[in-house]
Order: sequence, then C-alpha cells, then structure tokens
Amino acid sequence: MTESAVGSGGELVLFCIIGPLMVVAALALLFARKPVHAAVGLIFVMIGMAFLYTALEAPFLGVAQVVVYTGAIMILFVFVLMLVGVDAADSVAETIRGQRWIAVALGAGLVAVLAGVVLTANLPPAVGLEEANAMTNPVGVAYEIFGSTVFALELVGVLLITAALGAITLTHKERLSAIRDQRATVRLRQRAYARGEGSQVLTPAPAPGVYALHNAADVPALDPEGNPIDISVPRVLRIRGQELAPADVDGHVASIASGTFVQPVASPPAPSPDTSDPAAGRTDEEGGER
Amino acid sequence: MNHGVVADFSQETWWISVIKAVAILVFLLLSVLIAIWAERRVLARMQIRPGPNVHGPFGLLQSLADAMKLLLKEDLTVKAADKFVYVLAPLITVFASLLVFAVIPFGPEVSVFGVVTPLQLTDLPVSVLYILAVTSFGVYGIMLGGWASGSTYPLLGSVRGTAQVISYELAMGLSLVSVFIVSGSMSTSAIVESQQGFWWAVALLPAFAVYLVSMVGETNRLPFDLPEAEGELVAGHMTEYSSMKFAWFFLAEYINMFNVAAVATTLFLGGWRAPWPISAINDGMFNEGWWPVLWFLAKLWLVMFFFFWLRGTLLRFRYDQFMNIGWKVLIPIALVWLVAVAGVQAVRQFADVDLRTTLMWIGIPLVVVLALLLLWPEKKAPPEAAGPSEPEEIDAFAEGFPVPPLPGQVLPPSPRRAVLSVTAPAATATTTTPTATTTSDEEASDG
Repeated sequence: MTESAVGSGGELVLFCIIGPLMVVAALALLFARKPVHAAVGLIFVMIGMAFLYTALEAPFLGVAQVVVYTGAIMILFVFVLMLVGVDAADSVAETIRGQRWIAVALGAGLVAVLAGVVLTANLPPAVGLEEANAMTNPVGVAYEIFGSTVFALELVGVLLITAALGAITLTHKERLSAIRDQRATVRLRQRAYARGEGSQVLTPAPAPGVYALHNAADVPALDPEGNPIDISVPRVLRIRGQELAPADVDGHVASIASGTFVQPVASPPAPSPDTSDPAAGRTDEEGGER
Repeated sequence: MNHGVVADFSQETWWISVIKAVAILVFLLLSVLIAIWAERRVLARMQIRPGPNVHGPFGLLQSLADAMKLLLKEDLTVKAADKFVYVLAPLITVFASLLVFAVIPFGPEVSVFGVVTPLQLTDLPVSVLYILAVTSFGVYGIMLGGWASGSTYPLLGSVRGTAQVISYELAMGLSLVSVFIVSGSMSTSAIVESQQGFWWAVALLPAFAVYLVSMVGETNRLPFDLPEAEGELVAGHMTEYSSMKFAWFFLAEYINMFNVAAVATTLFLGGWRAPWPISAINDGMFNEGWWPVLWFLAKLWLVMFFFFWLRGTLLRFRYDQFMNIGWKVLIPIALVWLVAVAGVQAVRQFADVDLRTTLMWIGIPLVVVLALLLLWPEKKAPPEAAGPSEPEEIDAFAEGFPVPPLPGQVLPPSPRRAVLSVTAPAATATTTTPTATTTSDEEASDG
C-alpha cells in the first residue's frame, strides 16, 4: 500500500531493477537487426510494464497487459515474423527519399518535447488510490468501465466488430464445390471399384523401390513373380514418363561398388501406340493411389 | 490487507515466503519425477506389460536415472541456430511453468514455526487471470525455440503449437469466466471458499467439460500433441535441442500438466476441501490443519491420471479436425454457457427471484423444447449426389478471359498430357525390351 508520493521501499527497489532493464530492452527493440530479436525486446518491455503496474496497485491492468498484448497481439506478430526465417534481417533501403533524416529530426523533436515536459513537471503527491481500490482493484476497474464509460466501450466494441466483419468479408472465398472429407473419398473410391473403373486397388498402394537394386520413388516395386507393380510409382512420375524399369537399374549397385557410378535413366519410350498406360487416363477423382 | 482475497496473509514474514517458494519448487520437481514414472507404469498396465520395474522399489528410480542420463548427454547447439534466442526459449518455458503454483492454495491456514499462514505462496484479486497470463507467456518458449533452431520441422511444430495454444486458451479462458461469475471473485482462495456447498465441476458441468478438453490442448498432450507429433514432425520445437536444454522443455511440459491439473482442482473440484462424505465427519475436522493437503494432492493426481488415461486410450487427431473442435465446438459451447450463467446470475442478483424458481423457469421450457425436438420427424437425408455424371467441358477462354472450371465442368484435355500419355508407358513396355542405359555422353555429363 503506497501512501507517499515516492512509494514504498519495495516498490522503489523493483523500479530501480526493472526500469533500466526495460530501457535496455527498448533500445534492443530499436537497434536489433533481426525482427524476432526486436519482438523479444518488446515482449520484455511489456512484461516489465506489467510488473510495474502490479507494483503500483493495479494488478488487473498488469495482468490484462500480459494476457492481451503479450499473450495475444504480440504472439500474432511473432507468428508472422517467424515465417521469414532465422537469417532474415531488416532491409535498410529507404523507400522515401530522405526518410532517415526526417525520422531523426522528428525523433529529436519528440525527445525535446518529452524532456521539457518531464523536467518542468510538478509532481504532486498521488491521491485517491485507496478510494479507487476500495472494492478491490478488478471491481473498481469494472465499475469504471461498465459504469462511467460504458457508452465509449460499446462504441469501441461496435467498431471492432465492424472491422472484424470487414476483414472476414474481404478474405471470404466462395467455395465452388463441397469439401470432400475422408469418408466421402473412401466412398467414391469404393464406388469406382465396384464399377470396375479407376484404380482397382482399395488398399494403400505398395511402396516403390527395389531395395537391393535401387531405392528410389521412380522404380516400381516387384510383385512375388518379379513383375513391376506400376501403381507403386507416384502418378506424376508415371505421367511424365520418368518411371524406371527394374532392368534400367540392374547394374546400379555394381556401378556404385566399382566406383563408376552411373545415373540410371528411363529407357526411350516404346513407339507402339496401342500400349496406352491405364494410369495416365486416370483423373484425380479415383486417385486412390498416391 | 489484500481486498478480494480470502486467505489471510497478514502474518506473513519474508522467511515464510522463502520457505513456501522453495517447498513449491521441490514439490514440483519431485512430482515431475514421480509423474514420469507413474505415467509409464499406468500406460504399461493399460497395455498389459510391466513398465519400468528394475531400478529401485517398483522401478521408482527409473526416471531419476533417465534424468541423469539426459543431463550428462552432449549439449549440442546447432549451427543454423540463432544462439541467443535458442538458449532463451527453454528458459522462458520452464520459468513460466514454475510461476503458476505461486497462487495455487494447498490448504487453509496452518501454523508454521509459530506463524499462522495459509498454505499458499501468495494470492491476488486476479490470481486466475495471472495464471492465464503466465501460460500465454510460456507459449513464447515453444515459438521462439522452434524459430531459433533454424530448421524446418521445429518451425512447423512451433507454428502449430502456437496456433493450438492460442486457440485453446480462448476456450479455456471462457470456461473459467463462468467460475468467476458464480464465485464472484478471481482469487483462488476465494474460489475455493465459494465451493463449500457445491463443487463447480457439478454446478457448471459444461464449463468443466470445456476446460478438461482445452487443458489437454493447452499442454500439447495426446490426443492433441500435434506440435510434437513424432510421426510427422519428429519432435516439433524440441527437435534440435539436446541435453539440459531439452530437459528444460521436458520438465516444463510435465510441470504444465501439474499446473492445469491444479487449476482444475482449485476452480472446479473444490480445491483443498475434502470430498463430501469426509467433509461432514466431526464438524469438518478434515477441512482444517494439514489434512486438506491430502485432499488437494489426491484430486491433483486424479486429474493427472486422467491425462495418462487419455494418452493410453485415444489416438492423435488430424490437425484440421483438432482446430475444428477448438473453434467450432468448444468456443461456441463455452460462449453459450457463459451467457446462460450470466443471465441466471443477473436474475438472481437484480430481480430478487429464488435461484430454484429461476432454474425451474429455464429448465421446464428447455425440457419441453428438447422433447419436441425428439419427437420431430427426421428430415429425409437428401439423396447423395453420385458425383458429376458427365462433366461438361468448358471453353477455358470463354469471353477472352481465362476462367476456372465450375463444379461439374472439366477443362479440355491438355495438349501436353496427350503427348505424355503416349510416351508414359515407356517403363512398362521396356521391362521386356533390352536396354542400353549407359551411353557415353551420359557418362560424360555425370562425371
């Protein structure tokens, strides 16, 4: 409970510790090269402020500061910043000519004004804390918000909802077709199977690769009789004609062992037009395999 | 004189606070060791195998041995890491996880070395909000850790983890608000005090259900452990961490389980108060002195068992299903319930109507409506569209502009595809054809 203007001893000690740390963090925010470091600095400043609010007998404000600003708004900022990668640094190119000097001049002006205000301020002893917190701090804040400023609060609420609606409207995309969930996909596959269309395999497709020879996605797996299983190769590779035959990779392991590595390539296509691949005609509807 | 707080801290001295803080720290660290052992034993029991049973009685020292092994491992710092943030992240996580128990009441006032003090480090008029604040700060550990590792899986894991935790924090916060409304306070000791008659888990069952689901999401535990899904993301944000730094994350994860379990106990399960038949014995003898610590721990471990049980029972959710539950089920339920509770409370407070009458006036129409809904003839399901029977081909440049196909339309076949479908069977055809793969120019390009 602070009665004097200076505050109790504990509060002063807390301020003397947190204040300089906050200044350091704020400077880090200004001078950090990486945006995430700047964000960490800002988070630190926010937490420090929450400590100071709580020390000043405003625990609700302190906690709300962390929940709302640190826990929600800053998270969204960092969320976006994170996706730019560890090595990304701020670009220092000026988009407006002379921007830097204008910023420096305005900043210096702000510092001068603030310094003037702080230096000439006449700080009277703080009054009214006891009355304000008479019914506990959160209840006092509640009366203030929902009693004396309820109209402004509602107005802000309407504004925020309008903004949210606007954002939803702008980003809304009309869905052209129904979402096909897992169940519908399975049903379609089974129906195609019953009709004898599409992939005639209901289970997951076998994995590609002939392990002793060449273990890669472009080599079909072999069935027990030694024939290649085409559906084990990804559809895209098949359509592009990049599927290898087991014969293509026959000498692969030996070539690695002998040190004369030779990259296997698909053999030239057979010219006969009647061997049309049944897989190539498939559409995504029946894409039961990979 | 702390207003809005029931616990009386007037006799508190600095050394009592230090003792309490140290006791909480020791309690948490020991509990984590026991929890890891208990989880493995419970899971093993559910899967019909013995579980750790070699080191120490009942295998109790197994987690200690594991912890020592973890600490003695090589501490790697990956090359692509952003060093400062990489070290900071696990510290943030563990720091935030240790803060929550400061406001959890273990029991009523007891006498310690001649000083009467509540079994609680401190209490604020906004204690539960403080818990939410600390939890939301802890998310930065996951976020920054995944980012600072400079690797793909950790980044994906941390993006997922953050999205998950902030989504579920909303539902969690909303479910807690109904407790604030009925108990008229946000201080933990006052909330425990308000549960003398009824546990809020009974009176506010929907809020409790929402809390139980969201607390699992909040702690990244199965079935909601998507941020560290081993099968897809290796270990999410923890992938690039080893030794002590990994141990911090691991420790924080288990402490967070205790945190949410303690919040569930305090806010919904009556806190340190004895369960009903026991609380009536001998004029509430078991609600005084050191006894309540026993009830508190029993309830805490009950919730912990619930965690283990879930892990042994449920499979991991798919990410979109998980987000759908959070945003489309939990949050609406919590909101509707909150409005209902606020309405009842308002009637109670301002209209001078008995609570029983209010509930009757709400309950009877509700039952009538539900009965009507039950008797309502079921709407016939629309015949399932058997897929577009014959997709119509569109002119992709109808009026001079490229237009995408609408449902039921297909693009004209691509000219490139027509060529490829002739060449594609190459591989199938060549299985019988003799091949000559090693031409001299290819060898040159490889060499």
